[in-house]
Amino acid sequence: MRNSKVVSLEEAIKRSGLQDGMTISFHHHFRGGDKVVNMVVDKLAQMGFKDLKLAASSLSDVHAPLVEHIKNGVITGISTSGLRGALADAISHGLMKEPVVFRSHGGRGSAIANGELKIDVAFLGACSADELGNATGYGSKSICGSLGYALPDARYAKHVVVLTDDLVAYPNMPQSISAADVESVVVVESVGDSSKIAAGAIRDSKNPRDILLAKQAAKVIINSGYFQDGFSIQTGTGGASLAAVKYIREEMINRGIKASFALGGITAHMVKLHEEGLIGKLIDVQSFDKVAAESISHDPAHREVSAVEYASGQHLGSATHALDIVILSALEVDTQFNVNVLVGSDGIIRGAIGGHQDTAADSALSIIVCPLLRGRIPCVVPKVTTLITPGKSVDVVVTEYGIAVNPGRPEIAEKLKAAGLKIVDIRDLAAKASSIIGTPDPLPFGDQVVGVVMNRDGSVLDKIYNIQ
Amino acid sequence: MMFVPGNNPGMMADAHIYGPDSIMLDLEDSVTMAEKDAARLLVHNALKSIDFGNTEMVVRINPLNTPYGKKDVEAVVKAGVQVIRMPKTETAEEVRELEAEILKVEEEIGVVGRTRIMAAIESALGIVNAYAIATASPRMMGIALGAEDYSANLKTNRTPGGAELLLAREQIVVAARAAGICCFDTVYSNLDDMETFRKEVELIKTLGFDGKSIINPRQIEVVNSVFTPTEKEITKARAVVAAIKEAQAKGSGVIAVNGKMVDRPVVLRAERTIALAVAAGVISEEEAL
Amino acid sequence: MVTIGPGEGLQIELQSSVAAQFGRQIKAVITETLEGLGVKDAHVEAIDKGALDCTIRARVTAAAVRATGKDVWKD
Repeated sequence: MRNSKVVSLEEAIKRSGLQDGMTISFHHHFRGGDKVVNMVVDKLAQMGFKDLKLAASSLSDVHAPLVEHIKNGVITGISTSGLRGALADAISHGLMKEPVVFRSHGGRGSAIANGELKIDVAFLGACSADELGNATGYGSKSICGSLGYALPDARYAKHVVVLTDDLVAYPNMPQSISAADVESVVVVESVGDSSKIAAGAIRDSKNPRDILLAKQAAKVIINSGYFQDGFSIQTGTGGASLAAVKYIREEMINRGIKASFALGGITAHMVKLHEEGLIGKLIDVQSFDKVAAESISHDPAHREVSAVEYASGQHLGSATHALDIVILSALEVDTQFNVNVLVGSDGIIRGAIGGHQDTAADSALSIIVCPLLRGRIPCVVPKVTTLITPGKSVDVVVTEYGIAVNPGRPEIAEKLKAAGLKIVDIRDLAAKASSIIGTPDPLPFGDQVVGVVMNRDGSVLDKIYNIQ
Repeated sequence: MMFVPGNNPGMMADAHIYGPDSIMLDLEDSVTMAEKDAARLLVHNALKSIDFGNTEMVVRINPLNTPYGKKDVEAVVKAGVQVIRMPKTETAEEVRELEAEILKVEEEIGVVGRTRIMAAIESALGIVNAYAIATASPRMMGIALGAEDYSANLKTNRTPGGAELLLAREQIVVAARAAGICCFDTVYSNLDDMETFRKEVELIKTLGFDGKSIINPRQIEVVNSVFTPTEKEITKARAVVAAIKEAQAKGSGVIAVNGKMVDRPVVLRAERTIALAVAAGVISEEEAL
Repeated sequence: MVTIGPGEGLQIELQSSVAAQFGRQIKAVITETLEGLGVKDAHVEAIDKGALDCTIRARVTAAAVRATGKDVWKD
């Protein structure tokens, strides 16, 4: 067609004006099936680029090939919500001179919108695109549903390249990424492994511990005072969080209560409640499975939302400000209710901030659900290894050894006690943990700062040091 | 009573979190011969170090006529177990033999009388001798049915309805009550069929059993909900007990509640209901008075 | 998983999923257990996946019993 923007990847890169030292960006909607990051960075390395800054919404195990590119000086700076696998391990051991900058999803959205994080070229994978660049999370080879994390990049980056494995006829409507924001379109063999991009719905956990935690979490919610007709909710995707939804649903039906909306990473569980009429609307920044992805495409009450509209702390209109209840997990919680979801108890980076800081801070009731111990690793500790979410945003911690309520929310403790729930002091939980597993030796941290954890307002919250 | 294999330290450490009334660590059928020695040490160390809270701790040892039984007794008594469950009990004599072994170890460490015994009856001969077994020792705290081996011994199969267990179940309840000790029903292994499990628990409660053996924490809720008295039952029971107290205070011999005569069996049942309610945590001990 | 073979003094090779946090403590428990059994010379290979101290004690004792043929319980 006339004015077609379709070019080869190499041509797209040339046209973008990319130079050494500039910032490139990617989204993580293809999760463990992503091929875009590796494909693009391989090409950039081939073309001789150096000293590039990689701003991803998140990175995972599949991005291990970046280790080589870092060693070769192709990538010298990274900002992301999380790191995992071999890449995380290497960075924790001091691979990069420049510390990795960690931001929450809302934090990244804010930073892109206010110019703190300037993106020169955004490389955005899409499941389908037309020749002018209208791109969506639906295609013949794969679907991913919401492209919420890609939208700030599409809007604010200086130059946008859309990559797709399914070129369709114009107009590719309704579009997530608008052609007006797109400079080039590249057609590739495959943007990702569709089975890992959106799998079938996660089955209910049969693990007795998950079930116990889920029932306790549901009891906390039901008796918190926030469980009223029209409440709103967000959950993570851990076994206990998803199971909690099941028990909350039972009580919703018993009392004739409906939720006004569910927010965040949407799963088949939420879609099911919505289709049963128990949740009014679904606000989706990331569709976690096939069911959720398909639901957006045919249900007007289930809509995509950008990272900024979802969780930006600097935009008072973002959805988290309307959120009542959030169920979150944690790697560690300490006696001040601070939470760590990023760094393992061995000091190695192994997680992601995600929307943790945003939802905990803005929601009315934030609940952390975690086991007291994971094998010999304590989850309730005297002090977190790395501070990700400050304790004042965290209201309740649910473990299988008891429920702890932040002293800053005495009214919640009262309500839960009146409902017959066992409320314990969080310091007793930490003591219980160490009475079972012993006291860990201090970790062999070095002097090199390998990661910087940003707060939602752009200030530095904590530093991550290398492990020797 | 929740069964936990003695060769699984992870399960042993977590078992009490789910709130079973008692935990039975198993050294017998769930442990292969090659691992008996290792499991015995795991159970011994677990009993000594893990804080099981208020949960009653039981260990199922191997029979004394195996190479393992006597060492099992030494290991668990020295670790402070509360109850030893003896499998495949057929005669009162076997109980007395176990009692002697236990006494030997208790004397060695100076805790004579601490350990009690539960006998699992898993054969026709055992059922025939149920009362003798139940009264064989002052250490006897309960008898239980082991349906798998029992039905095999009868040369029949297990069925969902449990017709093959009718006599055995009733015999165990009767023998236990006559002896003044507790009685426990056998395990139900299909974790995916909670419906049939619930029906079985309801049946054995009606038969008079004190409790049921389970193999997974997911089964705890069903057993508790069947055995925990309802609010209606508790209210009724308290009315009866209150009426008794009033009558006793007045020195009157005849008691009526809601116009109906209340005699001794009714009173006993009401007291038992309240005891169950307190045990289940539904009412406090103060409320029960 | 603990295997015990002949050695000079107590040589402990530990592979643990919690090596950084608990490696020292685990080795101490292994040493303490063996010394309690009167074993002064052994080569110990232990692969640990985050077991509690009581489990390590049990496994080390079991390995020692199998290696020496001398049980800790009477017959």
